[in-house]
Amino acid sequence: MASDPLAAPTSLVPARNRPAPKRRVSPTTERPAVKYTLIGIAVLFMAVILLLPLLTVFTQALVKGPGVFMKAITEPDGLAAIRLTLLVAVIAVPLNLVFGVAAAWAIAKFEFHGKAFLITLIDLPFSVSPVVAGLIYVLLFGANSMLAPFLNSINLQIVFAVPGIVLATIFVTFPFIARELIPLMQDQGSGDEEAALSLGASGWQTFWRVTLPNIRWGLLYGVLLCNARAMGEFGAVSVISGHIRGVTNTMPLQIEILYNEYNFAGAFAVASLLALLALVTLIFKTILEFRFGAELAASKRH
Amino acid sequence: MDIRVQNLRKEFSEYPALNDVSLNIISGELIALLGPSGSGKTTLLRLIAGLETPTDGMIFFGEEDASQKSVQERHVGFVFQHYALFRHMTILENVSFGLSVRDRAIRPPKAEIKKRAMELIELVQLGGLEKRYPTQLSGGQRQRVALARALAIEPRVLLLDEPFGALDAQVRKELRKWLREIHDRTGHTTVFVTHDQEEALELADRLVVMSQGKIEQVGTPDDVYDRPNSPFVFGFIGESSALPVMVEHGELWTGGRAIGVSSAGAADGAGQLYFRPHDVELVEGEASLAGVVVASRRVGGTRRVELEVGGQQQPVEIDLPFDHPAGEKTRISFRPKRWRLFPTG
Repeated sequence: MASDPLAAPTSLVPARNRPAPKRRVSPTTERPAVKYTLIGIAVLFMAVILLLPLLTVFTQALVKGPGVFMKAITEPDGLAAIRLTLLVAVIAVPLNLVFGVAAAWAIAKFEFHGKAFLITLIDLPFSVSPVVAGLIYVLLFGANSMLAPFLNSINLQIVFAVPGIVLATIFVTFPFIARELIPLMQDQGSGDEEAALSLGASGWQTFWRVTLPNIRWGLLYGVLLCNARAMGEFGAVSVISGHIRGVTNTMPLQIEILYNEYNFAGAFAVASLLALLALVTLIFKTILEFRFGAELAASKRH
Repeated sequence: MDIRVQNLRKEFSEYPALNDVSLNIISGELIALLGPSGSGKTTLLRLIAGLETPTDGMIFFGEEDASQKSVQERHVGFVFQHYALFRHMTILENVSFGLSVRDRAIRPPKAEIKKRAMELIELVQLGGLEKRYPTQLSGGQRQRVALARALAIEPRVLLLDEPFGALDAQVRKELRKWLREIHDRTGHTTVFVTHDQEEALELADRLVVMSQGKIEQVGTPDDVYDRPNSPFVFGFIGESSALPVMVEHGELWTGGRAIGVSSAGAADGAGQLYFRPHDVELVEGEASLAGVVVASRRVGGTRRVELEVGGQQQPVEIDLPFDHPAGEKTRISFRPKRWRLFPTG
């Protein structure tokens, strides 16, 4: 009877005489030794590869005191770099916001030939080296290009100037918003939009009052990622900017210049600003994920 | 509002979803589009709504040609299978949506919109829940919100796409009854799509049975159930058994035996005999269909048995009283009381 595993527990054995229930281990869980080893490896890796460098950036920035730190980021070239970085982000991010929403809209809501090709095209900036991206614009708009006579005639300097930097940044950061929105919008389908239209809303009203609210958290998430990359982009901008001090140097380029001049404290000071920006972005991103995780994962809670 | 559909055709990338369909919908009636998946019923509904554009054909709302009108201009109330409620809006905002997006010239004042929305929320028995969000409601409640939202614009016709398809059986039954009441009270011309024949038979004034992009039969539930005009309709609506027979000398034959059913003027040749499992009588000795029980199961208050009738591959089903002593291999003779004969080949 007692050996029959299917038998219902009987009250024949007094409770205190029963063997203490063995702690059951879930059949799908690893043994503790394996578990803690894996966790240990992960923590060690994170500490060496991510945490230590981050700490170094901040300690190195402040190693010669706050005076040197302040000087590095308030000298005219440093200020110009910060200003340019912000300017580029302010232009590139809103443009990519519009392009991203438009592209995601087209892909998620319509069926057309070449859709797969368009999706691949959107991913292109992810797969192309940023240096190549910069080079493309130098060749396209540079002094020896086909477009040069025209650009000269309207007195528009693109390469080694702000427009080129903006173009390169837009190219590199284009996929972030579109990539975030496409699965979200595909998952939501066009039912809500059809409902709004059938209720008499115009296309414009439908977009502002139904589509945009439905994607707002995914959109914000994409904008954050896009912004972080726009401010931190080095390769493409490096090729096209020409490294003109105080004119076409963004923060990442400024860091490189300071570093090459053995001004380590200055380089790390500017770097710490960039790192700080990354941290703020990550905190925002985490808050978003925590608060709207289900919507971001495009799951069907509705 | 009468709705007239004339020779409507719709192709999705060369594949015809709807093939030359014509239909008259009478003002104030509750009509069901019934058919298996892929029969084109939802396509027809969406064409009437203006959510799809026809490849060919015309749609009239009353005397007015609506074929070229946009979905907004058609002024229809559309209820979606998966509700399509706006998830970031409260119930009140959802129901008010249709009125609040109107042009300023024809938009009622805010207080009036709210009053009307609240009336509709009361009508669908959701009073007190107007501040909730759709995710905080059950499926049945959401679908009622969707209906209130569609009614808010005072539509010329109400179109429902499998309105109860995503709900469980119990809620479904309640909502069915309740939709009938709302329809009787508001009198809207209502078209709804369903693949559930029970729903269609119980709810609709008239049924449109569709298959493969065509209309098979249009009629009242009685017409369609009692006088199906094709093997498809007979097989699709209600329970049915089919048996291949030969027509000769004014009688039906199977396996070389007359089965005691007159051919009622049908031409000689092969045919399919259709009858309902419950529409049979057991007979002794006379000319009849005889078969051996191969399986039996209890269905509600009756016992349904599968019979192998002389040499036929496909067993036929008939209903017996639940206390009938028939067991495996018992021989049973029966004759269909009501039946239809469809010639084959």
